[in-house]
Amino acid sequence: MDEAYIYVKPENFKKACLYFHKKLSSPVVMMFACDERQKNKCFRIYCVFMGVKYKKWVFVTMDTAQDTSVFESIARDIYSAGLFEREIKEMFGILPKGNPDLRSLRLHDEVWPEGFYPLRKDFEAPKSSCAEKKEYVFNKVEGEGVFEVPVGPVHAGIIPSGHFRFSCAGEPIINLEARLGWTHKGIEKLFEGKDVNFGVELSECVAGDSAFSNSNAFCHAVEKIYKIDVPEKAMFLRTVFLELERMYNHLNGIGGIAIDVGFSFPAMYASVMKENLLCLNKKLTGSRYLKGVNIIGGVSVDLTAWKKKTLLKVLEAMEKDFRQLKNMLYSSVSFMDRLDGTGVLKKKTAEDLGVLGLAARSSGIERDLRKDFPGVYSKIKFNAAKEHSGDVMARFNIRVIEFEESMNLIKQFVDKIGPGSINSQNKIEFRDGVGLGYIEAWRGPLFYWVKLSKSGIIERCKIVDPSFHNWEGLCYSVLGNIIPDFPVCNKSFDLSYSGNDL
Amino acid sequence: MINIIKNRIIKGVVTRAIKTDPEIEKIGAELKGLVYKRFNRSFHIREVDTGSCNACESEIIATTNPIYDIQRFGINFVASPRHADALLVTGPVSKNMCVALKKTYEAVPEPKFVITCGDCALDGGIFKDSYYVEKGVKNVLPVTIHIPGCPPNPVAIIKAILSFFKK
Repeated sequence: MDEAYIYVKPENFKKACLYFHKKLSSPVVMMFACDERQKNKCFRIYCVFMGVKYKKWVFVTMDTAQDTSVFESIARDIYSAGLFEREIKEMFGILPKGNPDLRSLRLHDEVWPEGFYPLRKDFEAPKSSCAEKKEYVFNKVEGEGVFEVPVGPVHAGIIPSGHFRFSCAGEPIINLEARLGWTHKGIEKLFEGKDVNFGVELSECVAGDSAFSNSNAFCHAVEKIYKIDVPEKAMFLRTVFLELERMYNHLNGIGGIAIDVGFSFPAMYASVMKENLLCLNKKLTGSRYLKGVNIIGGVSVDLTAWKKKTLLKVLEAMEKDFRQLKNMLYSSVSFMDRLDGTGVLKKKTAEDLGVLGLAARSSGIERDLRKDFPGVYSKIKFNAAKEHSGDVMARFNIRVIEFEESMNLIKQFVDKIGPGSINSQNKIEFRDGVGLGYIEAWRGPLFYWVKLSKSGIIERCKIVDPSFHNWEGLCYSVLGNIIPDFPVCNKSFDLSYSGNDL
Repeated sequence: MINIIKNRIIKGVVTRAIKTDPEIEKIGAELKGLVYKRFNRSFHIREVDTGSCNACESEIIATTNPIYDIQRFGINFVASPRHADALLVTGPVSKNMCVALKKTYEAVPEPKFVITCGDCALDGGIFKDSYYVEKGVKNVLPVTIHIPGCPPNPVAIIKAILSFFKK
């Protein structure tokens, strides 16, 4: 097992967290609570760090004192814990004492009455909406000539909902606050009390553009609890589909960056390539977004010889097209000029904020779960992408490099796929327990922590999408840039609203 | 100038022929005729996400790519509800988005229509039992037509818009 649970007393919690934060030089990758009042009369709080060197996930765990709902905040010492503590306060009503920011994230004050905590086990939905209306207070920048520009929640393009509040002095942005949570659907609560097969289905609807990674991470967690040995062939197939998902999303990102600086021809070119990949997905699995492929214990779709041939043929054509696309973009001086030096996220800032995945790799943090916790990736040759400048250009380059690497990986994995079973569904035995599922999705590491009861019912499912870490990174990267550059900065991160809001 | 000409000669034609599906062409021709007749040549849609998983958005964007290219049938996606003839709503309507959705609807000039897209926009779909959704757009706004699917593919979206015009 690669999870280490360390139980500490409440008074030592902060000290232990600080120790692992420094020792493993890891941000808080997850922090969440669990309602154990029926059994132990307390809430249990988990704080998770990534121990790359030891190949372990370290869970620092504490129980709140009986019948109280207060714990000591660690956000003043570890910045990346701040948002998680706000989430715990909002969903469980456990007060992180000492956290400087306790505003709600997802349950907006305008519509949700105080005193209702959805993730408590004895939660009942409020009958009427808000009794007294409160207003969200944005951070205010004061000074002569400073003005605010509110944007959203309904945006100009065909994009999801979120609100951005820019504070500007003249042209440059001096503060950006993203208020999210508009697309909150209570997904974590929906998981509770359901069986794992429904869980797989629901996980595919957490973020539509990473449906496969979400179900993969969920299955990984459940398989760890059930101690299922997933056949090697199924693991290879999963990585093939995972890389396909990465490819179509990176194309979408590359095209999006181009269109956000007004270079529409390559954007259209990329959208045709993306469509070709989606059609390929449909041919291989019957679903354009790879839904219904993952099942507990493996996958439901095999790659037959004919499918393999189709896949390789499309990849070959894709390689040629991609070379064209790359030439088009890299040979345009004005395009390169717009990306270079725009939206810089410094390495130190990224580390402090706990930025992960694609955005972190662009800022010089060499973290990639495919390299750090390789699994089947250890059986092939894999080069992780890295960049240092942290600007839009770096994030664009990472996409280009990873796209090409993904093509390489798929070819290598397809070669390795031989005969054999593609799932071990008939060997499933119900067990209770907890498990962490993780996967390097295209945005970055995606985590599912699942707690199951003896009868195979989900008691708690905590999801952390990389977007949850990276939104803060976006807010810092745009500082000093002008508002017309915001779309391209935003697209270069390409974060999920739905995955963040859950 | 010389560079541009040089580039043009070296690169040649970078556009490429796109194979069109006869089915889409057939639907498109019919759609174009109806748009021309009923909406005086063009029909403008404003898209609103009320909490979908963004797969529907991805498919709606796909209808505008060069392969499907819905614009050539006279259907456009616009940036402001004030320019729109219809709203295309995705998602089960999260409580947070309820007011924003109503305000967007109010901003659309008469006559206006609401088209819903995706299973969760119909009745909440997989999110039906959640404490934070309004169980579908129909509980908030009058809906003219629904596009089923999770997510509906681009052809299904174009077909559904055609059936809207026939209605």
